[in-house]
Amino acid sequence: MRMRFVELSVGIFMVMGVIALVLMAFRVSGLSMDDAGETYTVKARFENLGGLTERAKVAMAGVTIGRVTKVYLDNEWYSAVVEMEINKSMSTLSTDTSAAILTAGLLGEKYIGLTVGAEEEYLEQGDWIEDTQSALVLEELIGRFLFNKAEEG
Amino acid sequence: MLNRLIQFGKQGTSAIESFGRATLLLWHSVMWGGPGSAGFRDLIKQLYSVGVRSLSIIAVAGFFVGMVLGLQGYTTLVDFGSESALGTLVSLTLLRELGPVVTALLFAGRAGSALTAEIGLMKATEQLSAMEMMGVDPLKRVITPRLWAGIMAMPILALIFSTVGIWGGAYVAVELLGIDDGAYWGNMQASVEFYEDVIKGVIKSVVFGIVVTWIAVYQGYDSIPTSEGIGKATTQTVVISSLAVLGLDFVLTAVMFGGV
Repeated sequence: MRMRFVELSVGIFMVMGVIALVLMAFRVSGLSMDDAGETYTVKARFENLGGLTERAKVAMAGVTIGRVTKVYLDNEWYSAVVEMEINKSMSTLSTDTSAAILTAGLLGEKYIGLTVGAEEEYLEQGDWIEDTQSALVLEELIGRFLFNKAEEG
Repeated sequence: MLNRLIQFGKQGTSAIESFGRATLLLWHSVMWGGPGSAGFRDLIKQLYSVGVRSLSIIAVAGFFVGMVLGLQGYTTLVDFGSESALGTLVSLTLLRELGPVVTALLFAGRAGSALTAEIGLMKATEQLSAMEMMGVDPLKRVITPRLWAGIMAMPILALIFSTVGIWGGAYVAVELLGIDDGAYWGNMQASVEFYEDVIKGVIKSVVFGIVVTWIAVYQGYDSIPTSEGIGKATTQTVVISSLAVLGLDFVLTAVMFGGV
């Protein structure tokens, strides 16, 4: 009788551990099954990343459709190259899709916003996004604003 | 002067000696066999006394720690108008740091000291030598199931601690402070990564489980078999394992989270 109680409570303890792990996975870290689906990689060249890092979101119309996987500097062009993984379910991005580095909120994290174009052909694995827009760097904006003011005055 | 030097040298060698004995103990009791090698029933019994009986203190502590994190985080975040990030703050703090560390400290106090006292008393009442006389290896029979139970129970306890804490934080945030329910969970899900945060926290707690149980069983096994010796060994367990957990936590954090 006593041993049965011990076994039962140890069993419940183990089950609680599994439940905690499952809650962590799905409720807390938002892991979902279709997240791990297949992806394809596209690249884009930016003049200035302004704080975009690896693992940043790639979104279209505010919906996350991929992640930035690699950020590096191109020695030849001295511009930043961003590689991003996009979910296979979004395989119908036209070749003239444009990419812009945006900020979530006023001080939030940087992410890449994609806007779809009008071409009939679609982006494929390893293609480049030609039409890009760099991050807005606050210092540059303020500098330009002050410069214009000085010219006016 | 010379005497003091001799004393110092003696202390040094005895510290290294006991570290060697502890390593041999770990080697002989764990490397010989898996969790069930000394009989499955023993393991279950130890899991009960180490894991199940620590559950209530872990759950209550986790709930309060989560609630405090919610309150304290709110007072800071509200100044920047970003109180919707409270879920992220509570969950990352718990998963990466407080879950494994506080659980390990409580575990050292609750289960570690009990293990030391139990094994020390077995030694004092000569149960361990009696086992040897009967041809039963006390390492395999007494130490192995306790070590494995500690190593298995610790990550489960830490996960339960974090889970309860996150829900405690959610209670404070949503019910008491009026943060939007969706903002709390949504921001948390956006920033917590399963492998980066949850699994690394589990790895931490496994390491802490090994260290705390190892220190506890060694202190018991190596204690001076008198009532005073057992008392001293129990205190040593709590002190050494708490310090070891905090020190190791820094090393593990630097290795796993520091690079990025």
